[in-house]
Amino acid sequence: MVLLKMKFTQQRRVHLAQGLWLLSWLAVMCGAFVFCLGVYLKTELLRREEVMDNTEIHVVPNILMMVGLASVGTNWVASRVCQDSLEGSRFPRWKVLLLAWFVVAALLCCLLIAAVVLSYALQGHLEESLKVGLRNGIRFYKDTDVPGRCFQKETIDRLQMEFRCCGNNNFRDWFEVQWVSNRYLDFTSKEVKDRIRSNVDGRYLLDSVPFSCCNPASPRPCLQNHLTDNSAHYDYEYQSEELNLYNRGCRQALIDYYMGLMNSIGPGVLSVILIQMSVLLSLRYLQTAVEGAMALENPEDDSEGYLLEKGVKETFEEIKANVLSMLKFRQVDPTSTEESPEAANAKKVADNTKEKAGSSTPAS
Amino acid sequence: MALMLIKFDLKKRVKLAQTVWFMYWFAVMAGVLVFSMGLFFKIELRKRSEFMDNNESHFLPNLLILMGLITCVTNAFGGKICYDSLDPSKFAKWKPMLKNFLVSCMCFNSLLLMTALLCFLMRIPLQFTLTEGLKNGMRYYKDTDTPGRCYMKRTLDLMQIEFRCCGNDNYRDWFEFQWVSNRYLDFSSKEVKDRIGSNVDGQYLMDAVPFSCCNPSSPRPCIQYQMTNNSAHYSYDHHTEDLNVWKRGCRDALLSYYGSMMNTIGALVVLVTILEVAVIIGLQYIHSSLSTLANPEDPESESEGWILEKTVKETFTDIMAKMKAMGKGSKVEEGGEAVVATVS
Repeated sequence: MVLLKMKFTQQRRVHLAQGLWLLSWLAVMCGAFVFCLGVYLKTELLRREEVMDNTEIHVVPNILMMVGLASVGTNWVASRVCQDSLEGSRFPRWKVLLLAWFVVAALLCCLLIAAVVLSYALQGHLEESLKVGLRNGIRFYKDTDVPGRCFQKETIDRLQMEFRCCGNNNFRDWFEVQWVSNRYLDFTSKEVKDRIRSNVDGRYLLDSVPFSCCNPASPRPCLQNHLTDNSAHYDYEYQSEELNLYNRGCRQALIDYYMGLMNSIGPGVLSVILIQMSVLLSLRYLQTAVEGAMALENPEDDSEGYLLEKGVKETFEEIKANVLSMLKFRQVDPTSTEESPEAANAKKVADNTKEKAGSSTPAS
Repeated sequence: MALMLIKFDLKKRVKLAQTVWFMYWFAVMAGVLVFSMGLFFKIELRKRSEFMDNNESHFLPNLLILMGLITCVTNAFGGKICYDSLDPSKFAKWKPMLKNFLVSCMCFNSLLLMTALLCFLMRIPLQFTLTEGLKNGMRYYKDTDTPGRCYMKRTLDLMQIEFRCCGNDNYRDWFEFQWVSNRYLDFSSKEVKDRIGSNVDGQYLMDAVPFSCCNPSSPRPCIQYQMTNNSAHYSYDHHTEDLNVWKRGCRDALLSYYGSMMNTIGALVVLVTILEVAVIIGLQYIHSSLSTLANPEDPESESEGWILEKTVKETFTDIMAKMKAMGKGSKVEEGGEAVVATVS
């Protein structure tokens, strides 16, 4: 039983070919659009790669770029097929290619769906990567004289100012790290010696934050030092002070930013999937309708177009049988070469005599 | 002898009309571009109007918007004339007003050129406005509880961060203003009382700058307070310290930002003026070639086109003579009336 049969007159076939040609060019633009989205996402991820520990999340923009390019080529081929479909002489050369085309188009749709799913599934990995990256960034903040880390301070400062965030989870992360380099500490001073002795690792820890944590919206000039000491500042209570510094942690800020980016890319990718699916289905109809028309005595007559020649289950069984027979064929070949050459010869002679006998009997 | 005489047959006339029609449509886009640039400039001025004392002159962006609109309209009209020039019957209705249209286009072109010149000169008044505005901005930095000024702190901080600048001329401008509000000063403390007593106006002045002056590229955590006191910080010399805070003043930063914007806009307006001159010349050729047909009934006859009917000198003396005649004509009328009055 044929799946989703439709009758096509010559007029309808022509309209289908024209409409599909336009649709496939639209799909080419959509492929280019998906590629651009992938490039944009990748550049945004690369811009902050210094605060990310691994690049697992890069698989999403990589898939988008690959699929975008492939879909440009695939849909261009579809438009060429449409152009040739109305001429009986040029259409048959596409016959072999079309099966491969359907497989490739279906694969592209699956990859796009996978990209959308991955963009949500990898959120946990991104968070982990940011946690480690930011922790290292904060730890190496003071190492402005160490090659390879000398830009860490500037990166973290600009990140905190741009994303309006402070520290990894919140501003207290800065209390646990020595972020003032030893070059700027006066080791003869009592205060410095006390602080260094007050902890096991001998680090100069402060209850202060860098200036990039300051919130410009605060009505009061920024308080950076002695943050937990209420008596150090006039009319200050650190438990209720909200606007002085940024409250958000940078990890949360970056996650929100990237998730927002992927959420806005999501609907675009889904509509591209829909367009690709419709190109696929329309091309199948066009192929079957034109092939049916070419098989008729009068090519201008009505023909039928369908999605699958037999039902879904039967087609699936047929494909399975084909694949298995291909595998079996490969298996049979090695076993036959293992037989002795004489046995093979004997087989051949027996076959020949059988044929001769077979051919002689009808004559007589 | 005509200026830049060219012989035209029908084919050449058609080609000329088509080319000039295309050029008119380019000129319409150019008009849209001038309009949008004026709009963009106006929005940018509004964005930072707090630092210009809300006193900035919007004359230039308004002029650009007006010029853009007039350019669009005149060029669309000119394009229509070109389109009709290929059809003698349609062209006949435009013929009488074509000369006046061309003269008015020339005047409008000179206005465009003046606008471009203004773009380059606007920098000077902007400098004065910015100096005043930034000084007031710094003065009202602390007034986060005064309605109307409560966002000055945030705006100034964000601007210093964005433009990488500090103060008006340099960071020392902050030393002359009290930028910490009295709400956050402990008046019972000796230090505060000393500082307030140390100057005539009773202001709490410090050698300190707000955090937005800090330079993230500095290898050292930012030193904001006691900036002129070398002993207050380890290994610090305020004379040689380069990277700690931004060195540039915000007036210079904003001036160079607006200056480059105005230079670009001025250059584009000059280009639009050149395009306009080209379309005027094209239209003049169409006009002159269609009015000198060898055989007026036959549209395929040959004709001549020129920019000016006589040479530049002769045209100039003609115009002067006409103006004198107009002046004399009014004098004669007055004299005639006086004579009539005396006679009667």
